[in-house]
Amino acid sequence: MALQEKYRVITDAATAAGVTNLQVREQDGVLYIDGTAPNGAVKDQLWGVYGQVDPNFTSGDLILNINVSIDAAVTKVKVVTESSNLNIRKGPGTDQPIVGKASKDEIITLVSRSNDQWWLVRTADGEEGYSYAQYLEPVQ
Amino acid sequence: MKILKIIPALVLVAGLSFTGCSPKDADVKASIEKSLKNNPSTAAVMVMVNEGVATLSGEVANPAAQASLEASVKAINGVKSVTNNTTVTPPPAPVAPVEIATADVLTQSVKDAIKDFAGVSADVVDGVVTLTGELKKDQLPKLMMALNSLKPKKIENKLSIK
Repeated sequence: MALQEKYRVITDAATAAGVTNLQVREQDGVLYIDGTAPNGAVKDQLWGVYGQVDPNFTSGDLILNINVSIDAAVTKVKVVTESSNLNIRKGPGTDQPIVGKASKDEIITLVSRSNDQWWLVRTADGEEGYSYAQYLEPVQ
Repeated sequence: MKILKIIPALVLVAGLSFTGCSPKDADVKASIEKSLKNNPSTAAVMVMVNEGVATLSGEVANPAAQASLEASVKAINGVKSVTNNTTVTPPPAPVAPVEIATADVLTQSVKDAIKDFAGVSADVVDGVVTLTGELKKDQLPKLMMALNSLKPKKIENKLSIK
């Protein structure tokens, strides 16, 4: 209960911002907050609140798993790497061979999001494979 | 005209004398309510009494309380019969346990997540991800967001933040 109080500012903000499927569970001294944010800005906002409670995320007592709801109709994603090319791999995992690359800011086709971390994409050149979802941004 | 004024009075007197032989409904209701309030599992039950017939409604905590409630109300002086319209509060839906990724999946997904954060190492033991090394402060949220979505049991952040 104490953990729920400690992080209440996050759950309150999540409710206010329209996060759906919000679940707050405490298990073995760790609080798990799961939910789906309507957009990336809401996710960033919640992480901002978390950063105010625990600036360097060192408490080890919260797992904040907020994913961003993506319209099923989205078929295009933009490559949002810092500067480098994005690897496209044969399978979902960095242990998988690289089958292609997409450059920063390139817009490529989203084929499937069956894996949360690795999305199946296809480039304009027809290279198809898995890329790390963190570097892909849906294009509405 | 006078006779018209007397009629209601006569009705009232008749009514009083009719109920006079047994406790008044209002008194019966009060004593039932008192007994309901004494038991936490029936505190939310409401009662109406009409000519000695007690009608119970509302929610009780469990079926056993529902059955004993009826018996205890019947025993109250002035209750002729009991109509039990109470319902049993359904138990709360069980909370699903938190899903933790299996060791193999978590080890690989953590490896994937930290790949682009040079200087960061991670150990995964029993679902607990321990981060060591160093990282710039502005990169920390991005790393933590990625790791928090991998269904770890816990994240021990021992990074030195530059």
